[in-house]
Amino acid sequence: MNHWIMIPVILPLLLGAVLAWLSDERATLQRRLSLAGSLALLAVSLLLMQTANQEQVQIYSLGNWSAPFGIVLVLDRLSALMVLTTAVLAALVNGYACAGDDKRGRYFHALFQFQIAGICGAFLTGDLFNLFVFFEILLIASYALLLHGGGSQRLRSAVHYVVLNLVGSTLFLLGAGLVYGISGTLNMADIARFVQQAEGDSLYLMHAAGWILILVFGLKAALLPLHFWLPRAYASATAPVAALFAVMTKVGLYAILRFVTLIYAAEADAASAFDLDLLFAIALLTLLLGALGAFAADTLHSMLAWLVLVSVGTLLAGISLASEQSIAASLYYLLHSTWGIAGMFLLADLIARQRGKLAARLRTGPPLLTPARLGALFFVGAIATAGLPPFSGFIGKLSLLQSASGPYAAWLWPALLLAGFVVIVALSRAGSQLFWQQGSPLPEPVEPLQPVRFATALLLTGSAVLLLVAAGPVLDYCLTTAQQLLQPELYLKQLEGG
Amino acid sequence: MELWLSCAIGFLVFCGIYLLLRARTFPVALGLTLLSYAINLFLFSMGRLHTGMPAVIGSAADYTDPVPQALVLTAIVIGFAMTAFVLVLALRAHVLLGSDHVDGHEKKTEEGA
Repeated sequence: MNHWIMIPVILPLLLGAVLAWLSDERATLQRRLSLAGSLALLAVSLLLMQTANQEQVQIYSLGNWSAPFGIVLVLDRLSALMVLTTAVLAALVNGYACAGDDKRGRYFHALFQFQIAGICGAFLTGDLFNLFVFFEILLIASYALLLHGGGSQRLRSAVHYVVLNLVGSTLFLLGAGLVYGISGTLNMADIARFVQQAEGDSLYLMHAAGWILILVFGLKAALLPLHFWLPRAYASATAPVAALFAVMTKVGLYAILRFVTLIYAAEADAASAFDLDLLFAIALLTLLLGALGAFAADTLHSMLAWLVLVSVGTLLAGISLASEQSIAASLYYLLHSTWGIAGMFLLADLIARQRGKLAARLRTGPPLLTPARLGALFFVGAIATAGLPPFSGFIGKLSLLQSASGPYAAWLWPALLLAGFVVIVALSRAGSQLFWQQGSPLPEPVEPLQPVRFATALLLTGSAVLLLVAAGPVLDYCLTTAQQLLQPELYLKQLEGG
Repeated sequence: MELWLSCAIGFLVFCGIYLLLRARTFPVALGLTLLSYAINLFLFSMGRLHTGMPAVIGSAADYTDPVPQALVLTAIVIGFAMTAFVLVLALRAHVLLGSDHVDGHEKKTEEGA
């Protein structure tokens, strides 16, 4: 057994416990430990990526209980990719937070590590109930992180966020209980095998359970009717927290992708009750609504939060088409949008710091202290986010558009392009207001731009350039990932023992 | 027995949802609690209903499924922690915002109340 598979869960969990125990006076030690942990996680996730790319789906049976009976962690190309996305984001966001934001409340680093443990666990686990547990770990850490920094605005959005997610958790249990009651198993591979053979009542009940679970994942991913919590929560969170939350919606999308390709794979083809057209329609509506919200936003932060919805809609469109090319395009776009939006959140914070009381409100304000650097970064980030050539957003969108065919293309092309256009208008309006329309300077001097903060924002936003340069190999990896996902029998091999 | 249990779960869910839709944080917290009780009962019943049977294989002629019991235990523990968190959050919101409305402020009285 490859014990490295366990590390992305164990390492942040133990580190978080140590960090919670360290008193807040020892800030330097806390920061060093937390950063070292994030970098170690990055190294491990690279190693896992290499392992996943060389061999077949690998499993790690906890306590050596074999597959359908014990809990297994599963490492395939998809989970390795998701863990790597998280690790890169975590390392950079952690660096940004260590420049001072971590001291705006208590236990930041401990909560941060617990959140990472929950996210990595959710990506790696192969057990439905274990997925619920990891969801709860990442959620309870996120509740506290959302409140980090204090203030009434955060408290207000946190009440909504917490209550909604608790209702989501009860629905998750309902779905998981239903699945267990019908199929008698919680191992995802075993559930998939059951669904393949099920017929009659048990199949319909499995569909009901599947839709309940998709509803829950849709709540986490902020799909259309369940998106109300997101703009407010993300816009009010502290910058590093909002940047880290960029990967949270992706956990929901990951779960939907896993369910659609693994458990209900045979159903999707047969065009039976579990057809994906509903998801496709929701995706397009989410996309358009996100673009409209971004257009109407009055602060840069809430505009970015609405742009998260745009990316969620785009990704779900690719997932619901469920073809090799569309899933590959979605995965590429997932990398781009997670890092890009996170970088934009950090950048928005840097801009807000130089505008005094006006912060990130989109009004004519004082001239910025370092307009050239922030402006250039905003320009690159905006182009990448809106999906204009030459950066990664364009490649992602283009390959997604190419993957659609027939009636789907007729819906996807106008929706995606229209949303892209609205996003371009919104972002250029925001950019010109922030950088060009300048009023009187601030009476008091602002704090200078910290190089660490700028560097992490630069790296995350600049990932658009990196993903452009490395587009060939990354797209190849995404394509092999999609191929692996569309052969669920590879995932089911764990049931044969070994 | 099945009928009574499903009626009980249904009634708990009904009360839970009713309370959840209230505008004050305390009823909402109570609603969440009732809802999680209902779901715990539901989870428990997913191992099918038996009386007087051990959850161990081989010690009696028949046995009940131990897995839902383990799941319910986990769900109860998590539910407890979450309820505690919601209560603390609601208290803090009440103290800090000066209102126990879920939106953190009283509605502007458009209805002329």
